[in-house]
Amino acid sequence: MKPGPAARRPYVRPMTGWWRRDPYFVRYMVREATAVAVAVYAVILTAGVVSLARGEAAWDHWLAALRTPASIALHVVLLVAMVIHAKSWFEIMPKTMPMILVGHRRLQAKTITRVGWAAAAIASLLVTWLAWRWWT
Amino acid sequence: MTEARAWPEQVEIDVLRYRPETDDHPVWQRYTVPFDVDMSVLQALQHIKDEDDGTLSFRWSCRMAICGSCGMMINGNPALSCKTFVRDLLPGPVRIEALAHFPIERDLVVAIDGFVKKLESVKPYLIPEHPRALSDGERLQTPEQLEHFEQFSSCINCLLCYAACPQFGLDPEFTGPGALALLHRYNADSRDAGRAQRMAVLNAEQGVWSCTAVGYCSVVCPKGVDPANAVNQNKVNSAVDYFLRFVTNRREQS
Repeated sequence: MKPGPAARRPYVRPMTGWWRRDPYFVRYMVREATAVAVAVYAVILTAGVVSLARGEAAWDHWLAALRTPASIALHVVLLVAMVIHAKSWFEIMPKTMPMILVGHRRLQAKTITRVGWAAAAIASLLVTWLAWRWWT
Repeated sequence: MTEARAWPEQVEIDVLRYRPETDDHPVWQRYTVPFDVDMSVLQALQHIKDEDDGTLSFRWSCRMAICGSCGMMINGNPALSCKTFVRDLLPGPVRIEALAHFPIERDLVVAIDGFVKKLESVKPYLIPEHPRALSDGERLQTPEQLEHFEQFSSCINCLLCYAACPQFGLDPEFTGPGALALLHRYNADSRDAGRAQRMAVLNAEQGVWSCTAVGYCSVVCPKGVDPANAVNQNKVNSAVDYFLRFVTNRREQS
């Protein structure tokens, strides 16, 4: 029996493939997915620290592993993912912060994002410079 | 910019229809309306209802982006139909669907019972520390104190932010951007002392912690409320509140 005109029968639309529905959601998923690259690199660095603690042979072994073509290819992928992550993460950062008043004026979201990007760029350049000095 | 633009005579509008008494699922229906350069999407729908098909259902009231009734998905984006112009959507067809993530009651009308309950749960009104009489006079605030909550008070409950929030779509129990932004509006008000009563809603898994900072809610908000900011800054407040319970020995409020 069909319900009468007064009966409510709300229709719930499925959420299947929701993240493909809007380019904004795709960018959000990319930001979240690149966090995996951050985790993978943290594991690589932790392995280096553990190798260092185990002595010279283990440390040299870890360095040799880093120089393999597979490792270099992985690092290129991780670098690209890290850059995307740093960019998108600082874009959302102002949303996570309470209102900051400088003088009597509100600190703009754009300013917070740019300070974050600048800090990431300066830190990256500093690390690159230190690594270069150690290398040569 | 000075050259005259050739406007079309008419424009096609696709509407996702759902008539619960006859349809098992929503179906697209095409209408053709005469084009007018200052025609809003809402006016196009009103033309359909008045001239073509009186059975088409949609909510509207003020026609000036203040009542919050006419939110719908327009070409896939949550928008107020009174604030969206057909001329910006040419050549068409313009695709119109009920607000995403809400159950469709009929055509473009969604079921908002859940939201109304959430709105009540955040106690969206000032709860003063002591009862006050009118003779006590006004409560003064500095411009800085006003700045802390003013933007969050612009919410018109249009629900576009909910249609922009996949976490609400995946879990309809999530308190959601709009209600949480209003919760923050009162918590951030220097005249309010109801914070402790609202923290249970905020701290719940379906409070701020269901938000994953997608941020689209703030993009679609027609009033510049920035609900993503209201929700995410309260993750810090919620964490502080959680740890404070160990040092202050206060009782859980419901």
